[in-house]
Amino acid sequence: MKKEEIPQDNGALGKIAKEVTYVVDENGNYSTAQSSGWDVKTEALNVAWHDVEAKIEAAKQKVLNNEASPILYFMEKKIMDLNILASYTGYWKWSIKKHLKPSGFQKLSDNKFKKYAALFEISVEELKDPFNGGSK
Amino acid sequence: MELQHTNFKHLQAAHCENGVTTALLRHYGITKITEPLAFGMGSGLFYIQLPFMKVNGGPAISFRTMPGLIFKRTCTALGVPVTRKKFRSHEKAMQELDERILAGKPTACQVGVFYLTYFPKEYRFHFNAHNLIVVDKKGDDYYISDPIMEGLVTMNSYELERVRFAKGAFAPRGQMYYPGDQLQEPTDEQMKQGIIKGIKRNCRDMLHIPGSFGGVSGIAYTGRQIKKWKTKLGDEKARSYLAQLVRMQEEIGTGGGGFRFIYGAFLQQAHPYLKADELFDLSKQFTATGDKWRDAAIQASGIYKGRLNTQADYDNMGDRLIEISALEKQAFQQLKALIGKVK
Repeated sequence: MKKEEIPQDNGALGKIAKEVTYVVDENGNYSTAQSSGWDVKTEALNVAWHDVEAKIEAAKQKVLNNEASPILYFMEKKIMDLNILASYTGYWKWSIKKHLKPSGFQKLSDNKFKKYAALFEISVEELKDPFNGGSK
Repeated sequence: MELQHTNFKHLQAAHCENGVTTALLRHYGITKITEPLAFGMGSGLFYIQLPFMKVNGGPAISFRTMPGLIFKRTCTALGVPVTRKKFRSHEKAMQELDERILAGKPTACQVGVFYLTYFPKEYRFHFNAHNLIVVDKKGDDYYISDPIMEGLVTMNSYELERVRFAKGAFAPRGQMYYPGDQLQEPTDEQMKQGIIKGIKRNCRDMLHIPGSFGGVSGIAYTGRQIKKWKTKLGDEKARSYLAQLVRMQEEIGTGGGGFRFIYGAFLQQAHPYLKADELFDLSKQFTATGDKWRDAAIQASGIYKGRLNTQADYDNMGDRLIEISALEKQAFQQLKALIGKVK
């Protein structure tokens, strides 16, 4: 890449730091320069976030339809999966699968509610009743 | 930011592990090292698509060697002792780090980016192979030299402990690592041997890795896969897959399209030690493949932005990777032939 070809678009990272890139002059000699971001990359990141939001919305619908417990919703919100959830909580994956069902969720102990709520950075009330601000 | 215990000089770099390796070695006495030299000696250039694995629901593609190897290999080449520690106990992990920091010894940590407070939210996925250097401490605040940032940043002890013990794939487990103190400047001969070894290993990784999905043949493998994505996955998923490819290629700290440019710079910086003029031509070849990776990313973005949507557009994208595969194969073969002759 030549120095004058460095993209200087508005990237998410560009707001806090410009990125170092390696560039060549007309003779092919390398030096470094900075880039504020590249639309191609920003757009790829947007696609990833769009996918995340779609998954959160799908999880929300499942919870509202009583097909899944609120844990699914908050798991998607924190971009976690079963593996990550299992390693942060210390629970087995098969027991988390039970907690992801409404019936299994009902049977959780107070300690487990607290653990999930702390991991998701919410109150236990919000965990139990995610879409009404925990006011029930 | 006024440092209390050290005269550490922050270094911004194109890639986090290169940056950490270079800045640490420089701090402890090896001034001959640069980011491209560390990257080349550490044989950082790589490509692999793991066929049965998914990352965030998309293809598992990596443009880099395993985390930790660049540091380890560069230090080995220069005869530098390396210490790497993982911890069970959070307290012990923080305490041992504190002991080093307060003794004025900057120390690298592997961390997860999800809870990295100074990163923009858009970049915070559960990616655990990020590298930074803890350089100093004042009160409860740690001064951090993150090679992605332009200057030093801070995190408090709670925040630092959290990222050091992030969970998921590549969980850092409190990992910290550092070279020995007061290092001896390597001789030119040592630099030369390190460069030769790094190049040979990189040629081996790219040309002779078994199977069809790693090294230069892996690039063509992905190219052939892409041509099937539209019919196999449907439009929406195929778009997400392409976006993921570009993210792996371009994202800071993990990205790899820019690695071709760093490698081009490495071959030029290797010249004073190897004295083979062919290195300049090879450097240009790697610059050309880096440019082609970027052009391919533009084509991919046409698809994931929804501007391009026909099978022909996917075929075009796949063909670009197949072409890159051939060009990189040629460049590495020439490099391998050259390095075999260097004495």
